[in-house]
Amino acid sequence: MDAKILMVIVGMAAVTYFPRMLPLVVLSKIEIPPVVLRWLGFIPVAVLSSLLAPELLVTGQRFDVSLSNHYLLAALPCFLVAYKTKNLFYTVFTGMACLVILTRLWG
Amino acid sequence: MGIFRIEKKDFQQGIKAAMPVVMGFLPIGMAFGVLAAQAGLTVGEVFLMSLIVYAGSSQFIAVGLLLTGASPWTIIAATFLVNSRHILMSASLAPYLKGNTAGTLSILGFGVTDETYGVAIGAGESYLRSPSFLWGLNTTAHLTWVISTTVGSVAGGIMANPEALGLDFALPAMFIGLLVGQLKDGLSGLIAGLAALLAILFKIFIPGNWYIILAALITATIGVVIETWMQKY
Repeated sequence: MDAKILMVIVGMAAVTYFPRMLPLVVLSKIEIPPVVLRWLGFIPVAVLSSLLAPELLVTGQRFDVSLSNHYLLAALPCFLVAYKTKNLFYTVFTGMACLVILTRLWG
Repeated sequence: MGIFRIEKKDFQQGIKAAMPVVMGFLPIGMAFGVLAAQAGLTVGEVFLMSLIVYAGSSQFIAVGLLLTGASPWTIIAATFLVNSRHILMSASLAPYLKGNTAGTLSILGFGVTDETYGVAIGAGESYLRSPSFLWGLNTTAHLTWVISTTVGSVAGGIMANPEALGLDFALPAMFIGLLVGQLKDGLSGLIAGLAALLAILFKIFIPGNWYIILAALITATIGVVIETWMQKY
């Protein structure tokens, strides 16, 4: 097993496990300040959006809103399906299907 | 430090309650396995990651970052940021599980995911107080994740051209689904927009892979400031 990937996996496991386990175990003793909890509440939406936006809107190092940007085009029906169905599976399926169609039509 | 005794009936109820999670994990897990294999991870690495990390979105992110050549520390830091949301879930489960040993709680804590947490909270207070129910739910979900990702990685190693199936878009599409699920009010929409804007700017103008962490830290802080301001006025 590749040493870098092993380090990544073990590191990920540690930083994932402690936030799951520690609050359950120690919360009876230590209170998290409400402002920290509120800050953490914004983390999922902030992280997901910062991950996604460059993926859809940046090609190479350039801002790209053109018809040749297939990821952006495939994303539009995905947002619609995600909003209407709230179903992760349908959303992923829609995205994959749209990308296949776009690639077939325009190469 | 003892741990809980398994009550068979509650454990079985937990397995039953896990079925929607199983249906959700199967396709996403397969997609993850395929992508990870395409990114160069071995079947063993995918198995180990799903077994000990067990956190879908951060596993997708890690594979995406590995492809961009990010350093291990960047990936681990991003994982922490993404999974820090579990602090809230774990914290909110704590009152129901008071009186259990630290051993029991450290086992149950491992199984906290967005999906199992949602199911547990929806199952009602008597089940929430039952370690056996939670253990049945968690174990079923975890097994499903490990098996589906491992099977996916075997398939991904054989598949010659995953682009033909649109699989390279499975990851962005899943983030779209997860993001839309997080948009609950105007403020979360504003924060999503701000994060998108900053991430794009940082991605274009700042070298390296810091754009996700930087944009998320800044916008979450802005979110708290705006929320505090809104509560005052």
